Amino acid sequence: MLMRSLLTLAWSSLGSRRFVALLTVACIGLGSAVLIVVEQIRMEAREAFSRSVSGVDLIVGPRGGSVELLMGVVFRTGTPGRGMTFESYRQIAALPGVTWALPVSFGDSHHGYPVMGTEADYFKHFRYGRSQPLAFAAGSPFADIFDAVIGAEVAERLGYRLNQQIALEHGLEAAMDAKHSHQDKPFRIVGILQRTGTAVDRTVHVSLAGIEAMHADWVDGRPPDAFDKLSAEEARLVVKTPERISAMLVALDQRGAVLFMQAHLQKWPAEPLSAVMPGPALLELWEIVGVAENVLRGMSWCVITVVLVGMLTVLWSGLEERRHEMAVLRAVGARPRHIFLLIIGEALLLTLGGVVAGIFFAALTLSALESMLVQQYGLSLSAAFSGRTIVPLFSGLVAAGLLAGLLPAMRCYRRSLSDGLSPETGG
Amino acid sequence: MYEQAQTAPEHDLEGSSAPRAAKVDAASLTESQLSPVLAVKNLSFAWPASSFQIGITDLNVKSGEHWLLEGPSGSGKSTLLQLLGGVLLPQRGDVRILGQSWAALTAAQRDLRRADHVGFIFQQFNLVPYLSALENVLLPCRFSQARRLAAESRGGLKEEARRLLDALGLGVKEIQLRRAARLSVGQQQRVAAARALIGRPSLVLADEPTSALDANNRAAFLELLFTEARSAKTAIVLVSHDTSLRPHFERHLTLEGGLC
Repeated sequence: MLMRSLLTLAWSSLGSRRFVALLTVACIGLGSAVLIVVEQIRMEAREAFSRSVSGVDLIVGPRGGSVELLMGVVFRTGTPGRGMTFESYRQIAALPGVTWALPVSFGDSHHGYPVMGTEADYFKHFRYGRSQPLAFAAGSPFADIFDAVIGAEVAERLGYRLNQQIALEHGLEAAMDAKHSHQDKPFRIVGILQRTGTAVDRTVHVSLAGIEAMHADWVDGRPPDAFDKLSAEEARLVVKTPERISAMLVALDQRGAVLFMQAHLQKWPAEPLSAVMPGPALLELWEIVGVAENVLRGMSWCVITVVLVGMLTVLWSGLEERRHEMAVLRAVGARPRHIFLLIIGEALLLTLGGVVAGIFFAALTLSALESMLVQQYGLSLSAAFSGRTIVPLFSGLVAAGLLAGLLPAMRCYRRSLSDGLSPETGG
Repeated sequence: MYEQAQTAPEHDLEGSSAPRAAKVDAASLTESQLSPVLAVKNLSFAWPASSFQIGITDLNVKSGEHWLLEGPSGSGKSTLLQLLGGVLLPQRGDVRILGQSWAALTAAQRDLRRADHVGFIFQQFNLVPYLSALENVLLPCRFSQARRLAAESRGGLKEEARRLLDALGLGVKEIQLRRAARLSVGQQQRVAAARALIGRPSLVLADEPTSALDANNRAAFLELLFTEARSAKTAIVLVSHDTSLRPHFERHLTLEGGLC
């Protein structure tokens, strides 16, 4: 009863300073929104990282940074480098101790989603998360040259169903003109994968032969003149094994042999290659991201601190002109601790209002960022918060708000003791 | 919840204000009516850095009595009120409220007792500016269970507040719901009077409540205040330098020497 009265009183008091109160709520809202967005992205990123690949012992590609290779193959974001020869792939796949090896080839896209050329065995061998295999929501792996298997994200976003014809585009960006489109050689969707929460979801998988067929009439990476164009059926006839692929995935019989194999591949005689262990490389990448992420996190807490100090200032500066009000409340029977609770109540209402507004802002921001993050970084962000993120943040923010309210409340409490019932006569 | 736990023992000692009012209504001169609501003996108080002193040798305010304590302007009238209300404790002497010495209570106990038994009216700025007139009148009932129960027993909390405002000439609903900050000074003082009287406290302490009013309003204000106080058997102690108020009071005490 009394607590409710005090909260009502706090509410009316804030209502009488509506403008300042709303500004404070908006500030706290923006501050918490920054914090929530950063936190949500961080969680999703970590999740995506740990889920992205499993069961692959080495990723082999052209000599270069391991991060670049990883980004390209696992997250399918980077533009492929020079790649490696198909010959090297064939030899490495045949090395003793290699359980399976898969070629991967990038360079084309479909509505911004990367196209990956590989072999049908990819769907059998590839693992993500805790060694989960890929599963088909519909259809089956590709069999024909012009078959495609699409990830869940692609299917959902573009509204694709089985047997639909799609045109792929050359390059990773959407085609600038018809010349760079492979629309003359359409692919048929034969399989749709179940959602994995990894980059697989936004990949269009085709066979290596399919990649070759698309480019059968291309010369040195340039589109053919109208004269030299081959139809899909003609391309079928001239397609041969590729000369180059982007990289390859390797799994070994014995994981213990991985260091030996890595060293062996680093000294590959035919061409300069690098071999990356996905686990440690992911960790390395995570550390790079992690630093930036910690800086972001620190900054968002700074924002919150500034905002709460702002609220403290608002409450504090109001106290002087509210001395009379406090004295009146004392005269009608409010004890000093009620005065304390009144100020704390105001801080609580401001913070609660702010944090709720913050969650709302954050949801808006995240849903706006969602498609961008998914397409560019493979982060499948859910605008719906997990309780794991929001509960500790919510309680942390409210606790911080109460803490900021503590100072003015203490001051008011002390003064209401010394002021008595009228501020003029107090000592 | 804890409110109840803390006030309960006190009720056992004193009885709540409702039974007290009932006893008085019985019109027999019971002990409770004879024993003073407020008793002051050999009171003396001085601020540390000040030469002037407040002193009252003997004062007994009985239930339903109206007292005027006169003292020259600029003296320690507000301080005296705080002494009577148990906000300040005297350096010497004793102030008793319903037979209980303020000095024998802890600060928290004094707060509780004051909330239950004493209403205050000040010179000005009596109200919480952002609350309506009605909400201001109801404030004591939020902090004192005894006064809430007493007000509720008279036909509901809001009804009693409305009745008091009406009796004090603020019957218009629009005025009752108007924010205190937007009321005239005269209206504010009447709201303050209604608030001091709600829940039938034993005593109302008033500090120059009429000084901001003109002569006509002054008389009208006192008339309304007394009428309501009489029906509630609430004693009134009003401190003022204004000797023209004397005719309105049945008893008065001039504070000589002490209050100067």
